[in-house]
Amino acid sequence: MKYAINSEIAFTYITSNKKLTMVAALGVVLGIAVYIFMNSMMAGFDKQINDLVFRSISHIRIFKDDEVSRPIRNADSSASLIVNPKVVPIVNTILNPKMVIKLLEAQPDVTVVSPQINVSVFYNNGKSQIGGASLGFLPEKGNQMYNIKSFMVDGNFDDLKNNQNGILIGSGISRKMNLNVGDNISLTSSKGVTKVMNIMGIFQTNNSREDKSRSYINLQAAQQLLQQGASYVTDINVNVIDYSKADQYSASFSALTGYKAEDWKTANETLVAGVRMRRIVISFVSYTILLVAGFGIYNILNMTVTSKINDIAILKAIGFKGGDVVRIFVTQALTVGFIGIVLGVFCASILIFWLQHVYIGGDIGYFPIDFSFIEFMKAIGLGFLITFLAGYIPARKAAQVDPVSIFRK
Amino acid sequence: METILHAKNINKFFHDPVDFQVLKDISFDVIKGEFLTIIGKSGCGKSTLLYILSTMDTEYSGNLTIHNELVTGYKQDKLAAIRNNKIGFVFQFHYLLSEFSCLKNVMIPALKLGKFSTEEIEAKAYEKLDILGLKDQALKPASKLSGGQQQRVAIARALINDPLIIICDEPTGNLDTKNTEIIFDIFKELTQYQGQTIIAVTHDNDFAKASDRTIEMQDGKIINWDLKETI
Repeated sequence: MKYAINSEIAFTYITSNKKLTMVAALGVVLGIAVYIFMNSMMAGFDKQINDLVFRSISHIRIFKDDEVSRPIRNADSSASLIVNPKVVPIVNTILNPKMVIKLLEAQPDVTVVSPQINVSVFYNNGKSQIGGASLGFLPEKGNQMYNIKSFMVDGNFDDLKNNQNGILIGSGISRKMNLNVGDNISLTSSKGVTKVMNIMGIFQTNNSREDKSRSYINLQAAQQLLQQGASYVTDINVNVIDYSKADQYSASFSALTGYKAEDWKTANETLVAGVRMRRIVISFVSYTILLVAGFGIYNILNMTVTSKINDIAILKAIGFKGGDVVRIFVTQALTVGFIGIVLGVFCASILIFWLQHVYIGGDIGYFPIDFSFIEFMKAIGLGFLITFLAGYIPARKAAQVDPVSIFRK
Repeated sequence: METILHAKNINKFFHDPVDFQVLKDISFDVIKGEFLTIIGKSGCGKSTLLYILSTMDTEYSGNLTIHNELVTGYKQDKLAAIRNNKIGFVFQFHYLLSEFSCLKNVMIPALKLGKFSTEEIEAKAYEKLDILGLKDQALKPASKLSGGQQQRVAIARALINDPLIIICDEPTGNLDTKNTEIIFDIFKELTQYQGQTIIAVTHDNDFAKASDRTIEMQDGKIINWDLKETI
């Protein structure tokens, strides 16, 4: 085996100036730790927010869009035409929903398909009246989609299945009307139908507007409130495996069913924009910190090259090639980087582990941070890339040293 | 007699700060086993010539042949390999790597060459240090030695690969008489018994007088090919 003289020189330089090496490595430790920590925190926040968002909306909503009237006569006819386009007053139901549901369920990556009806209602209890919206669904599907059981505060979600006149109300309604599980509440729909419902449970989303207006009922109850038959469904909501790709599915679902399919990103652009903004800021800050660590290595290597310029000259004189000199200094940079990355990953792991056990309280519970394997891998990869570059630039400078100009001094 | 180094019509210009011709059409041969010194006043171009002969300076016109191989126009990496294999260097300053032991400093060119195993190289390095009377200092860091000792370690380093040519720039410039004598004796022995060639630039007239041949330079020209014969 060929003796690795280049590496030996590199390691000798590293160990002969431990203080500088430690300072450079410490920069990388901080850079890597902060990068992993911030990105893991962002991943945790995103997950937390998405969990909250998907309590009330599905990934993709399929519905019959309003149609606007159009002139029957051809536009190119010579006669001038005055048109007043407006929404055509037809029923916004989905025809043959069973077939549409079956079709969607057969699609790959679809996890839940839930037929739903949104009903605008007044909640009445004696003299008091609150306006709101009631969502009619099949309880099992609805729970799969919104995970309602996770934010129930009273009663039992499963009772809704067994009682066609059952209702789940938001905690705000419960408080305002002084209603508890087992009490009755009367709902009046826009069609003038009034139905007395039995409260099976109370939920709390911690979105006060939702809690003060939202209720969940069975699909049939919603159909009755709107005086419609058993095949009346206004929305079919779909969840897919990866919600971040919902926009890719919506177009194909739209073509498949012939109805409008709207993904959650389109329906919640403000939210998506906020998430994107946060991601940009955090990415920018974390990359910058990594880059600063790179500058630390760059500076220290530049110093080493300057102080070892005589060594470089004699090494070149006695037969070391430019590539050998580059290897010596890049090895040095990568070794410092390696030490920094290992310690940085270690520090980040401790920090994340510790924060995971910090209780924030309220709706959030424990601090939303996750061990994100991808972020760890990214940090390690980026760390090596940056230390390589930080080492390569001074190393190339060292390789270009003209020994004659040193010896003649 | 075998010619080991052949220089033909070497010209060199400096362009900074003004255009200036340092070497003017220099041609000469060096024979194997010769102990050659080059003398001349400061600024006569003798160091410049030496660095061209050493292959480190490539910005010249003319032809340089080392060991029957025309090296003019070679790429840097190829020249580095030639230096590693065929040329040893001794400078006025020792240029030892201060963080390494004397032994390691001597071993580095051989480790770079990679022709022998580490054990063989170590044995050889001890041998060279022994010749120079430094065997007992081998494991000390290079920075802990006296100036004369450091210079001798540098010579041991120049010898480790048994080079054909040893190029020296004022090898005794920083040394006292005693150390100069030691080094001179070593050089003499190398050329006479090992068949190695030494080309040394010097200011030291005693040193030059004792060499086989002395070239005198003036204003970029060789004015005397063998000073001793003229004297």
